[in-house]
Amino acid sequence: MPMKIVITASGDPIYQQIGTQIKEMILKKELQPGDMLPSIRLLAKELRISVITTKRAYEELEREGFLETVAGKGCFIRACNEEAIQEEGRKRVETSLAAAVKKARQAGLPLEEIVAMLRVLYEEDEI
Amino acid sequence: MSHLIEVQGLCKKLGKFEMDDLSFTLPNGCIMGYIGENGAGKTTTIRLLLGLLKRDAGTIRLLGQELDQADGTLFEQIGTVMDEPAFPQYFTVAQVGRVMAGLYKSWDGGVFDQWVDRFGLVRDKKVKDLSRGMKMRLSLGVALSHHPRLLLLDEATNGLDPVARNEILDLLMEFIQEEQNGVFLSSHITSDLEKICDYIALIRNGRIAFVQEKDALLEETGVLKCGGGEFEKLDRGDLLGYHRGRFEVAALVAGRAAKEKKYPWASFEKPTLEDIMMLWDKEEDKTCEA
Repeated sequence: MPMKIVITASGDPIYQQIGTQIKEMILKKELQPGDMLPSIRLLAKELRISVITTKRAYEELEREGFLETVAGKGCFIRACNEEAIQEEGRKRVETSLAAAVKKARQAGLPLEEIVAMLRVLYEEDEI
Repeated sequence: MSHLIEVQGLCKKLGKFEMDDLSFTLPNGCIMGYIGENGAGKTTTIRLLLGLLKRDAGTIRLLGQELDQADGTLFEQIGTVMDEPAFPQYFTVAQVGRVMAGLYKSWDGGVFDQWVDRFGLVRDKKVKDLSRGMKMRLSLGVALSHHPRLLLLDEATNGLDPVARNEILDLLMEFIQEEQNGVFLSSHITSDLEKICDYIALIRNGRIAFVQEKDALLEETGVLKCGGGEFEKLDRGDLLGYHRGRFEVAALVAGRAAKEKKYPWASFEKPTLEDIMMLWDKEEDKTCEA
């Protein structure tokens, strides 16, 4: 399984960085339902971080419905939770847009101009 | 969850040094970093844990056993690495292995050989001719060759280069892949501990200042910085400790997010363990110095 998790000094808590990246892999279908994740101890060892951190990352993912833990077997990506995946995607867009709106306000750009900008960007990307 | 180390109300007087009411626990499967200034009592704590020093009061339980009632098998299960490894200087690496085979019932010569190879130790080299890094590796190799469940390391990474330190950190992470195992290590190289520890305990003047989950500690607290003249605008009650200079104030605060809202004019940083160690409970005013 080509898993990629990178911890950066971005200031975001490490457990969040792990959660975000695993969710991203699920969104991109790089991780499929039923795929097994590394154990919390192995992941901690590989990333040289605390076991408590990886445990917390998995617990949050489990609460959000992305993972399930099978006692004695390990952690697995949960089968089709399309809704949770869609919601996650929506949440990300919202966060990015909120940041963009904030910047637009600071720069004194009116709503119409941002909407126009957004349309151009969206259509550009389609090609 | 059971505990590998349980210390309750530990007291010890050693000349002018006084350890007072020390308590902490290390759960299975975890690494605890023990930080503090030189002379704060880190080594004394470890010597008390090992029964090398007699305590004045308090209880110590290791691997669930009362230290005073422990049988010989307890220390078989504890691997120790002290600041200065105490191997006879004129012994070779191979001879050290043979001596240890006589000392530990659970000694595993095969495992020791593996560590010697992995560390690149030369078997017929004398202890006195080993570099500090190699001595430390030998010491770790010995500690790991009698199937310990608990590793006690006293300043084991001090004086080693970053590559060697990382090698040791990796090894400790490997060690706790087994959930029954745990590590207690003292160090003042806080960047090492920042990487791998689950818990951090700070000892100051023979007292535990705090024992906390490392992540929570680093997320919760913050370093507030503002101009020297702005110090009066800060609520003293908000500060866990501070250093006040003529131009700049650096203060440690709890509840970083809330404090950022309360003092929007100040700047905030995520702390490092070093920041916490330096600022915790300190009230330094250097404004009067020329």
